[in-house]
Amino acid sequence: MKAKVHITLKTGVLDPQGKAIAHALGSLGFGGVDEVRQGKYIELDLAETDPAKAKAAVDDMCKKLLANTVIENYTVEVVG
Amino acid sequence: MTASEASRRNIAITPEIVAEHGLTKEEYDRVLKIMGREPTITELGIFSVMWSEHCSYKSSRIWLKTLPTKGPRVIQGPGENAGVVDIGDGQAAIFKIESHNHPSFIEPYQGAATGVGGILRDVFTMGARPIANMNALRFGEPSHPKTKHLISGVVSGIGGYGNSVGVPTVGGETNFDPSYNGNILVNAMTVGLAHTDHIFYSKAAGVGNPVVYVGAKTGRDGIHGATMASAEFTDDSEEKRPTVQVGDPFTEKLLIEACLELMQEDAIVAIQDMGAAGLTSSSVEMASKGELGIELEIDRVPMRETGMTPYEVMLSESQERMLIVLKPEAEAKAKAIFEKWELDFAVIGRLTDSGNLVLKMHGETYADIPVAPLVAEAPEYDRPWVPTEKPAPVAAADLKRDIGVLDALKELVGGPHLSSRRWIWEQYDHLVMGNTVQRPGGDSAVVRIDGTAKGIAITTDCTPRYCYAHPETGGAQAVAESWRNLTAVGAEPIAVTNNLNFGNPQRPEIMGQLVGCIKGMGDACRALDFPVVSGNVSLYNETNGKGILPTPVIGGVGLLPDVARQATLALRKAGETLVLIGDHAGWLGSSLYLQEIEDRREGAPPPVDLAAERRNGDFVRAQIRAGALSAVHDLSDGGLLVAVAEMAMAGRLGATLDPTAIGKELTAWCFGEDQARYVVATANPDALLAAAKAAGVPAARVGSTGGAELTVAGVGAISVETLRTAHEGWFPAFMAAQTTA
Amino acid sequence: MKSAIIVFPGTNREQDIRVALRQASGTDPLLVFHLETSLPEVDLIVLPGGFAHGDYLRCGAMAARSPIVQDVVAKAKRGVPVLGVCNGFQVLTETGLLPGALMRNADLKFVCRNVDLRVETSQSIFTSGLSEGEVMNVPVAHHDGNYFADPETLDRLEGEGRVAFRYCAPGGAVDGTGNPNGSARNIAGIFNESKTVLGMMPHPEDAVDPLHGGTGGRGLFDGIVRALS
Repeated sequence: MKAKVHITLKTGVLDPQGKAIAHALGSLGFGGVDEVRQGKYIELDLAETDPAKAKAAVDDMCKKLLANTVIENYTVEVVG
Repeated sequence: MTASEASRRNIAITPEIVAEHGLTKEEYDRVLKIMGREPTITELGIFSVMWSEHCSYKSSRIWLKTLPTKGPRVIQGPGENAGVVDIGDGQAAIFKIESHNHPSFIEPYQGAATGVGGILRDVFTMGARPIANMNALRFGEPSHPKTKHLISGVVSGIGGYGNSVGVPTVGGETNFDPSYNGNILVNAMTVGLAHTDHIFYSKAAGVGNPVVYVGAKTGRDGIHGATMASAEFTDDSEEKRPTVQVGDPFTEKLLIEACLELMQEDAIVAIQDMGAAGLTSSSVEMASKGELGIELEIDRVPMRETGMTPYEVMLSESQERMLIVLKPEAEAKAKAIFEKWELDFAVIGRLTDSGNLVLKMHGETYADIPVAPLVAEAPEYDRPWVPTEKPAPVAAADLKRDIGVLDALKELVGGPHLSSRRWIWEQYDHLVMGNTVQRPGGDSAVVRIDGTAKGIAITTDCTPRYCYAHPETGGAQAVAESWRNLTAVGAEPIAVTNNLNFGNPQRPEIMGQLVGCIKGMGDACRALDFPVVSGNVSLYNETNGKGILPTPVIGGVGLLPDVARQATLALRKAGETLVLIGDHAGWLGSSLYLQEIEDRREGAPPPVDLAAERRNGDFVRAQIRAGALSAVHDLSDGGLLVAVAEMAMAGRLGATLDPTAIGKELTAWCFGEDQARYVVATANPDALLAAAKAAGVPAARVGSTGGAELTVAGVGAISVETLRTAHEGWFPAFMAAQTTA
Repeated sequence: MKSAIIVFPGTNREQDIRVALRQASGTDPLLVFHLETSLPEVDLIVLPGGFAHGDYLRCGAMAARSPIVQDVVAKAKRGVPVLGVCNGFQVLTETGLLPGALMRNADLKFVCRNVDLRVETSQSIFTSGLSEGEVMNVPVAHHDGNYFADPETLDRLEGEGRVAFRYCAPGGAVDGTGNPNGSARNIAGIFNESKTVLGMMPHPEDAVDPLHGGTGGRGLFDGIVRALS
């Protein structure tokens, strides 16, 4: 099964890349963009077939490596 | 139908497929004659890349042969992955410059990054640890809507790759001209250090020896990259984006370490990186040089994607890969080294005595080409050419704009051509390895040879507007300026690598530029004992039928016996005398002043007197080594006043120039671009002038150092900080400004 | 003084710091490849600059999880001094030995230039050879050196005297001018609680020889050697 992990910066953590994107969008004439936050998307192909176990395993992976919980939040979605 | 579909079906070769592969009818007839039958699609692909301009140098080869390539220090001239020169004590410098122009225009970050990766491999393939990178960049006019995007991408791509592999990027040059609007130039140079008894070549030997593939896996990247690099751009070129390769500097760093570790063992017979045309050119070159056959089992090539055909595997330009012929007994040891560095290692074939390149997959033969004629019978053209007539000189009396020399100076040093490139080089790690003793911004970069007092000086040079005005003069000037820049830091110029960037050689006037530049270069290299040891040719640099300025970039390398005795351009002490070394005619034709201040691109470029160049340079170098000079700068774009301003800004110290004694027109005196000249600062001018007189070298007092202003006696003064602000300010302000779409 | 420099795949400044330590101590440091699972007993462990594991995922993230670094963490917790420079600082924050994180530079560009650093304390084995308020001119070379921590952590670091260096103006003033990367409160280097672990972004090892254009980094290494010999 497949796990989809989204990693985003915590609220309050400066995101220079997001800021630059917002700035660039503004200069291209896209108005109304209040804030841009850039994150990461990671896809994992797993041998595990039990969704709950898969989610727990990926959660552990996020805590130990995929995300830096000092500055980042993450969400895990497991799809069959 | 795409080529890859065709390769799966192995269909008959139609004239359309031949044309898609960039082969002319005559060239295809030659293929038929060599093969004695219709080629398979895989074979056609191999002929197409091997006979592309990029790999075969078919338009330039007969002229390249005229360049001097030998000298007492030359260990290996052109024809290998890079040139090798002896720098004493059993050490060798290995270097080359290479273009990645078309890929960088299509995808600036990856194009530039993989350009750096490719040139690094050319150097460490030969057994050298890369110790310095340089780059020569040409962009379109600053106001062109794409220029900023391209600069930003190219610079971060060069930095992203070079910084990560841990090789300092120590210098280079950046120019702007409208002729590069649709065709930028990205020329990257690497210098490496090796032991003279431990240099590795690409000549295969030993029937039965294993052919080993190491590095990253093969994907479908850059298929047709080599043929793309030989085709003119049209407006739909941006659609070619998917064929651009992606670089992985981390893998490259591992590959460097693994290869250099393997080179410590007695294991390698031959080694060749997979650059343009990937596995095809590397396997063919090794076999051809060894006059052997080679049989590869394509199934064994480590692949990143499924369903790849032999055609795709052979033409892929995936990065960070090498091909090695190993001594059979060394296989296990080599495998262990590459596994330690977490790189792929696969024996994919053997050398044979058949003389043929044989490719098999799943037991079926996909190609069987005789190697000797594939290489030896590659087309070579003596294309028609017309010489460029030398324009008339421009006299000082013809100057039109009424502007004070100090205002003109501020405009020049604070403008696109002469402003500081700090915005660029601060994005490059120019210090890693801890041996950078002259950082970017000087006449040459200098890196110390680790653990010794010796240093290597490196510079890249070309003045395309001179080459356009009169190619022969421009070609000679590029070499002379390179030689002068090395001399100006105190180095003995050793050898050059060249990167010849031109338009479409099938147009006689463009071919005339190529021929003229090569002739001028050859003359200068011979006169200055400055042989060409490696190089690269990039043709068809044009967009919609409009060629770039002819741009034969010279990458010069010199040797300093003692880096403590180097010279820099920064003024150090007040109260010293500025002396101009060299003759002074006030040459304005094709000068930067004329172009920028008067908006005139005209006039003959300054004549290059090679005997004077040598005499004046040898004198300056001897004075540097004797410790007689506290600052030295060569004169080039912008002439004397710009040179002195650069020295003042670098040292944050003022100077006074005194034109009263000269008896020449002031503007021409300040901004003329006569060659073979240096400005030096000395505490002991009498001794210097006496020595110059004894050596038959023209030398004259032109001013003194001190204060906080740059003063032109009888004219006025400008503060060095004002100049510095203008000089440092242009690039960041340009890059930060909003592009008006 | 015996020291060990950890070399990860992608590390690229191990030779620079090796030369600086050898010059200061007269002893050649050990180079320890990341596949080793434990370190010999040494007086100083160094995590050098570079791009360990390509800095893919996050700078220092994969190196921080490697077996050798588990041994570094264990030894650091026992009090063995650890110096992390640039990528090494990033690795130390990823292990949690040091608080906060190093983010992309505020202007998003890699920056290689000399900076001025104000020494914030001489009360540590690393800075004992320097004086508080002293200004060191040394280079930086990084893409991700923008120090971030939440305000409480920053207050705590300052309150406990755990800020080692701040970016400053040439005269030593800590203002907006000398900060090359947007670091919070101009922080260029910090200690752990016991001040036996130092992480810093600048490269003192590339300023130890007059030919480097300055010797602003020398005092740091001389002081470390004196403190640990």
